[in-house]
Amino acid sequence: MQEALHFGLPDAEAVGRVDYIEQARRLRRASSASSHGLPLTIRALRKSFGDNEVLRGIDLHVPAGQFVAIVGRSGCGKSTLLRLIAGLESIDAGTVSFGGETQPEDIRVMFQEPRLLPWARVISNVEVGLGRDRASVGASARAEKALIEVGLRDKRVEWPAALSGGQKQRVALARALVSDPRVLAFDEPLGALDALTRISMQRLLERVWGEQAFTAILVTHDVSEAVTLADRILVIEDGRIAHDVTVDIRRPRERGSADLAALEGSILRHLLNTADSP
Amino acid sequence: MSLTESIARLRGPRLPRADGLIPWIVPAAIVLIWQVACATGFVPARVLPAPSDVALAGWKLLLSGELARNIWVSFWRASAGLLVGGGIGFAFGLANGLSQLSSKLTDTTLQMVRNIPHLALIPLVILWFGIDESAKLFLVALGVFFPIYLNTLHGIRTVDPQLIEMGRIYGMSDPELFRRVIFPGALPSIFVGLRFALGIMWLTLIVAEAIAASSGLGYMAMQAREFMQIDVVVLSILIYALLGKLADSASRALERLTLSWHPAFQKH
Ligand SMILES: Nc1ncnc2c1ncn2[C@@H]1O[C@H](COP(=O)(O)OP(=O)(O)OP(=O)(O)O)[C@@H](O)[C@H]1O
Ligand SMILES: [Mg+2]
Repeated sequence: MQEALHFGLPDAEAVGRVDYIEQARRLRRASSASSHGLPLTIRALRKSFGDNEVLRGIDLHVPAGQFVAIVGRSGCGKSTLLRLIAGLESIDAGTVSFGGETQPEDIRVMFQEPRLLPWARVISNVEVGLGRDRASVGASARAEKALIEVGLRDKRVEWPAALSGGQKQRVALARALVSDPRVLAFDEPLGALDALTRISMQRLLERVWGEQAFTAILVTHDVSEAVTLADRILVIEDGRIAHDVTVDIRRPRERGSADLAALEGSILRHLLNTADSP
Repeated sequence: MSLTESIARLRGPRLPRADGLIPWIVPAAIVLIWQVACATGFVPARVLPAPSDVALAGWKLLLSGELARNIWVSFWRASAGLLVGGGIGFAFGLANGLSQLSSKLTDTTLQMVRNIPHLALIPLVILWFGIDESAKLFLVALGVFFPIYLNTLHGIRTVDPQLIEMGRIYGMSDPELFRRVIFPGALPSIFVGLRFALGIMWLTLIVAEAIAASSGLGYMAMQAREFMQIDVVVLSILIYALLGKLADSASRALERLTLSWHPAFQKH
C-alpha cells in the first residue's frame, strides 16, 4: 500500500509526492533538535582476543541520522565492531566518538535474541529501556507510547512467554526506542525470524528510523536486507572496511526491484570473491 | 477469543473439582482394602491395626490434648530448623553465587562438609546438646542447609548472562540488577532446593525425635512402641505423611504464586 501511494516521481520537491519518511524526518529535525541522531566517528580502531586480531584499524565517519549496514563473512568481526561502538567491549587502540558528550540512554543496542525478562510483563520490560528514568512518574506512559509505536499496545500485560518470536523482537525494539536514543545499533535483529515476519519488521525499522531520525548501525547477514534499508553499506574483510558502498536508491524502496537486485548482486560478488580465495 | 478458547472457558469451572479429587482415589482405595483385610482377619491386628482402630487411637489422643501438643512441638522444630538452616544456606548461596572471593573462600569447605551424612552426627550432637531443643534444631538446620545452599548457588550461576548484560546496558545498578534479573532468574532453582529441603527436614526430625527427645511425634511413636500400642505407631507415621504432603503443597502454592510468569505454571 505504501509503495502504491509513493510510487512515482523521483523529484522530492514535488508537493504531495514527497516520500513520507523523508518528510517525517525533516519535520522531526526542525521541531526537536535534541532527539535526532548523533554522528559517529571511529579512528584507527583495533581489537584482538588473545592472538586473534579481529579488527585491524577501522576508520569510519557516519553522519548524524544515516542508516549504515555492515555486512561480511561470519566471524569477520561485525559483532565485535558493534559491541565496541556500543561500549560493551574494551577498545585496544583507537577511538570511538559521537561528536560530544553522550548519556547512556543515547545509545541503544538490539540483539538477535530479544533478551526480555521472562518474569516481567511486556510493559515492564519496555520500562527497563528508560534507564535511570524508569522509576519516574511518566515511565509507564512512555513505555505504552513505545508499545503503540511497534503495534503491541494490546499485549502490554502479557508475559513474554506468551508472545511469538517476532512480537518479542518488537518488544525489544520498543525497549530500545523508549529512551529516544540518538544512535541505535542492531546486531542481526531479524536473524531468527521467518521471511514474512522479517519483511514486516524491516518496514517497522525503516518507519521508526524515519520518524525518530536516529543514527542506525545494522549488522546483518542478509545482503538484500542491507540494500533495502541502508543509506550505505560497509563490507568488512580482514579486520578492515574493504568496501564502502553508498545506496543511492529512493525510499520507499521496492523489494525485488531491478536496481536493488543489481546492487545486491554486486555486494554478494564482493563477499563471495573473498570467501573463495583464502 | 477463539472457539477452542471459549469452549475451554465453558468447561473450566467443572474441571478443577474433578481434577482435585482424582489424586485421592488411590489413597482412599488403599484405606478401604486395608480396612477390609483387617476386618476379615487376613491381616492380624498385632501386625497392622485396622484404619478404624488407628482413627480411634487418634481420637483419644486428640481428646487428651496429647496429639495436638506433639504435632505442635514437631511442627515448631521443623519450621525453626528450616528457617535457620535454610536462611544460612540461602545466604551462603547468594554470597558464593555473587562473589568470586566468597566462593573461593568457602565453597570447597562446604562441599567437604556436605559429604558427611548429617545423621551420622547424632551421637556427637547428643553429647554436645543432650536431648535439648537445640539438638533437634541443629540437626534439622544442618540437613536443610545443603539443598538450599547448592540450589541457590546453582540458580544464581546459571542466570542467562545475556540478560545480565542487557541489565547492565540499560543502566541497572547492582542492587537493581539483583532484584530485577538475578534473583528472579535463580528462583525456580531455589524452589527445587526448598522442596528437597522439606523432605530432608521431616526425615531428620523423625530420626532425631525418635532417638533424642521427650516430646514430639517421633517421641510419641517410640513411647507407643514400648507400650506395644501399634495403632499409635501407625498413627504417627500417617501424620508424618500428612505433614510432609502439607509442606509440599505449601511450597508448590508459593511456587505457583511467584513463578506465574513461567510457561510451566501458566494455565489457561
Ligand atoms: N569474547 C570473545 N572472546 C574471544 N574471542 C572472541 C570473542 N568475541 C568474538 N571473538 C572472536 O572474534 C572473531 C569475530 O567475532 P564476531 O562475533 O565479531 O564475528 P561476526 O562477524 O559477528 O560473526 P557472525 O556473522 O557469525 O555473527 C571471531 O573469530 C570470534 O571467535
Ligand atoms: Mg555476530
